[in-house]
Amino acid sequence: MTRDTNNTRGMDPARRRFLTDTLRTAAGVGLVALTLGVYQRQARALPATAIRPPGVGDEASFQGACIRCGLCVRDCPYNTLKLAELGDEVALGTPYFQARDVPCEMCDDIPCVKACPTGALDPALKEIDKARMGLAVVVDQESCIAFQGLRCEVCFNVCPIRGKAITLNYQHNERSGKHALFIPVVHSKACTGCGKCEKACILEEAAIKVFPIALAKGMLGRHYRLGWEQKTEAGHALVTPDAPHQYNLPEGMRYEHGGRGLMSGEPPPAPSPPPQPFAPEAPLPPFSSNPLDTLNRKGGL
Amino acid sequence: MEPGGRPGEEAIRVRGWFPAHRYLILRRVSQLAILGLFLAGPWLGIWIVKGNIASSLTLGVLPLSDPLVLLQVFASGHVPGTAALLGGLIVLVFYLVVGGRVYCSWVCPVNIVTDSAEWLRRRLNLKGSAHLSDKSRYWLLGAILLVAMVTGSVAWELVNPVSMVYRGLVFGMGMAWGVVVAVFLLDLFVGRRAWCGHLCPVGAFYGLLGEAAVVRVSAIRREHCDDCMDCFAVCPEHQVIRPALKGADKGVGPVIMSGHCTNCGRCIDVCGRDVFAFTTRFSNSSRQPVSGVNHKSEVSS
Ligand code: SF4
Ligand code: SF4
Ligand code: SF4
Ligand code: SF4
Repeated sequence: MTRDTNNTRGMDPARRRFLTDTLRTAAGVGLVALTLGVYQRQARALPATAIRPPGVGDEASFQGACIRCGLCVRDCPYNTLKLAELGDEVALGTPYFQARDVPCEMCDDIPCVKACPTGALDPALKEIDKARMGLAVVVDQESCIAFQGLRCEVCFNVCPIRGKAITLNYQHNERSGKHALFIPVVHSKACTGCGKCEKACILEEAAIKVFPIALAKGMLGRHYRLGWEQKTEAGHALVTPDAPHQYNLPEGMRYEHGGRGLMSGEPPPAPSPPPQPFAPEAPLPPFSSNPLDTLNRKGGL
Repeated sequence: MEPGGRPGEEAIRVRGWFPAHRYLILRRVSQLAILGLFLAGPWLGIWIVKGNIASSLTLGVLPLSDPLVLLQVFASGHVPGTAALLGGLIVLVFYLVVGGRVYCSWVCPVNIVTDSAEWLRRRLNLKGSAHLSDKSRYWLLGAILLVAMVTGSVAWELVNPVSMVYRGLVFGMGMAWGVVVAVFLLDLFVGRRAWCGHLCPVGAFYGLLGEAAVVRVSAIRREHCDDCMDCFAVCPEHQVIRPALKGADKGVGPVIMSGHCTNCGRCIDVCGRDVFAFTTRFSNSSRQPVSGVNHKSEVSS
């Protein structure tokens, strides 16, 4: 301290003390602010199993709007929601649920959104079917028993908007050669992310899981358009129809597009469309489409 | 205070133990009753108040929100919904009337923790105190608003011990007990009143509010002061007393005008000579007629 006072030379010690004190405080607080900022950045990463209540837009802005009061939690009649505690991976005090524990029951009157005093849960959300809490994904096709050819469809049956959010896609069972697979397929256009499917999945560890949308959803390039969708929308093809290919081939030769390549002989009179596997005109498969026919047939298979 | 004696001994002798702890007891009752109202729902199923100290709904009609949390929401670039704004306004007006830091001494649960640390500190006769500027809290207040602005999130609420403890008690503590212990140890070993008196930005905010508040403590019979220093010993913000208590010669009025007086009333409790009393900011003329308001009856009882 004595050396300090010697060094001041002309500077009033009180003034000097004030300056060093101020600088010290400013430096300390600056450090705290920086740490807080960095911590906040990390708190923004939502773990894959944490699903936000209905009416939450993107995670970053939710953390600016939610004041962590828990009124949404209190008004949820199914005790779905909880507030993140210190030590949880979710930003402290913010509401979330874990579908495998308690999924959202998709209340018609959306009491959680009504309870929110800040609008962090968007009050413009009036129909629960429009909620996008997350997106269900059949994450493990190896364990989902539907992929093994077994009948399950539990996820399909519990879905509050089954048929739209989740459908069953019939596929040929290669293994048995004669059965169908009833594959659950989730459609992001309708799935609310309520998590009832994940809750109901009969496996020890669910094969269908709800993830935050940012995690679950891929995206085509923004400029991508699917030709067939555009065609249905417009009612006609938007690109020029295929012109027959012109090759400058030697006399008497032709090009076969099915893989055989250059061959001799005249082309078949009219290029018939390739046979569609299950088109009605196609030759009937050896098995009737009605499984009962096969079962009732004398002598078994 | 006699040498080696404890502050308030004279008051206990003159007025009895209960009157000499009146405001302390009332404050604890108030703090615990408010907490009890919040806990009655989750613990007993009596839903008088829902939510927590950040925002709550009483009896389904009265919204109350913490104005500092709302300020952070604004800083993060969001506009809180009307319920939250109305709640914030009600709370703001309330503390503008009763005193800003009434929040600290009559509501905040951390106050019980830091008061206990201070009590133990006195008991163990711990003297050392780190040099912390009591202006640090304003810097911290600015810093948390800045961080909210930069990150777009209510970042302070990730670490705020005040809301953490309240939310923890009502919704589940997680590891928040660690924070309670940390604050206790900080006040016990690092510095006297280090948290509430130097660092807490919540206290800083309510202190600023308190500058304009109506209800205030006044050294209304300051000429009776016998310099026992008991009030200085118990006051959590003892720098606020001197201007009012010793300002008679300088023409300063007897009302404690600093926003950092918490209106805890401990000075009223411990003064054996009945110097202090609750008044309003409007009774602050320096030439106070004293004889008319002398409650000698209480002293002689
Ligand atoms: S919609 Fe209903 S079940 Fe789902 S989170 Fe909200 S209140 Fe709970
Ligand atoms: S009610 Fe709104 S502000 Fe309160 S915790 Fe739920 S989402 Fe956040
Ligand atoms: S999460 Fe599952 S149950 Fe809920 S809507 Fe989506 S597919 Fe249906
Ligand atoms: S001046 Fe009195 S009322 Fe104000 S904080 Fe100090 S002890 Fe409490």
